Amino acid sequence: MVRLASLVLFVGIWFVAALLAGDRMLPGPAAVLANVLGEAASGALFVNLAATLARVLLAFGLAMVAGTALGLLMGRITLADRLGDPWLVVLLNLPALVVIVLAYIWGGLTEVAGIAAVAVNKLPNTIVMVREGARALDPGLDEMARVFAMPRWKAFRHVVLPQLAPYIAAAGRSGLSLVWKIVLVVEFLGRPNGVGFEIGIAFQLFDVTRILAYALAFVAVMLVIETLLVQPLERHAARWRIRTA
Amino acid sequence: MQKSFSRPSGESVDVIRDVGFTLRHGEVGGFIGPSGCGKTTMLRIIAGLDRNYRGSISGGAGRRLGMVFQEPRLLPWRTVEDNVRLVAPQVSEIELSALLEVLELAPHRSHYPGELSLGLARRAALARAFAVDPDLLILDEPFVSMDDALAARLRDELALLVDRHPVTTLLVTHDVEEAARLADRLFLLAGRPTRIVAELTIPEPRNARSAEVIASIRSAVARRIAMPDQHAP
Repeated sequence: MVRLASLVLFVGIWFVAALLAGDRMLPGPAAVLANVLGEAASGALFVNLAATLARVLLAFGLAMVAGTALGLLMGRITLADRLGDPWLVVLLNLPALVVIVLAYIWGGLTEVAGIAAVAVNKLPNTIVMVREGARALDPGLDEMARVFAMPRWKAFRHVVLPQLAPYIAAAGRSGLSLVWKIVLVVEFLGRPNGVGFEIGIAFQLFDVTRILAYALAFVAVMLVIETLLVQPLERHAARWRIRTA
Repeated sequence: MQKSFSRPSGESVDVIRDVGFTLRHGEVGGFIGPSGCGKTTMLRIIAGLDRNYRGSISGGAGRRLGMVFQEPRLLPWRTVEDNVRLVAPQVSEIELSALLEVLELAPHRSHYPGELSLGLARRAALARAFAVDPDLLILDEPFVSMDDALAARLRDELALLVDRHPVTTLLVTHDVEEAARLADRLFLLAGRPTRIVAELTIPEPRNARSAEVIASIRSAVARRIAMPDQHAP
């Protein structure tokens, strides 16, 4: 209820601001909605949303899997941490734009180069968070698994992974939003479709309505993913915790 | 068996020296010694958690271990039943129910460890150790920091389990009463570095130990080693 009221307030402010700024700078909610519907009717909206979403999911999955593996390695093995830490600092401080441009120069304007560039941008962030989790692993539970001779994979799944879950979830939460923003830049610079590509065209035409239409449509998609996928997963992972509120 | 630690200054300090013993199949050996004498270190070596020692341990190859640590060490994200089944996938429903029944855990089967009191969590850890049907059972101060009445009840349940499933057991405690009630043979640890200063066989079966028998064991132990106050932490 409060969330809905807050949303209504947002649309209201937008409406008033549009009246003050004029259509050219900030079109009102109705105009943007009409644009969304028009793009949807032509089918272009869905093609572009699907292309962007596919890139987001691929890059996100890649960064999460590789980042979790590397973070776990660095959190548990001192040598790996010492070796990897300088690389991590470099990656963390490399601007997204530099990675993308270099990937396109070295790999050509290809899908692989684009997705790899996004994944590399998200990777260090995941490594840092999972490494923190791996450092906080309870040695007592580790010993328990060893004494009871739990097979390696089973111990990883039931003893290690649940301890890392909050860290992976945090990395995933911040990651999904980071990845989609970077995917848009990648599309803007060198892909022939997707939300970022459409926004690039709209930018050249100074078409603010279209920019907002595509941005909001994709935000809506991400909201649906958040409520239907991320939140239920988090609730499931936290089912054993004592609820304090 | 001998174990030394390196001090930060670099010199090496022996904590255990010349500790040697043999347990017969199905025998419960009770190790009594003051807190901080290296009992847990000894258990960790026997459990294979600490490989940095001199000496030898036999009967180890392929043995199944069951262990109750000082803290319950349950997986917080698994129910009591799942905690047991994860380490003992072979346990049958009948065995599991019987085990949980003896330990008064039946109503808590599907509870998570965070919902259990310390006493119940300790019971769950005991259930887990027995469920693997171990060749060697290691109990490290299983009832430490519990009130006397509860510790006594758990001790009786443990005695019942040990009689039902005879298993070679290593019990380490600083509580003479606990060892006197549960063990077949007592090993008294003392000194610095720690060694076995005396060995005492208790002929009476576990379920037939009267208060007098326990009292005589206690005084026999007291004659051989000076124990600090029993209920000191």
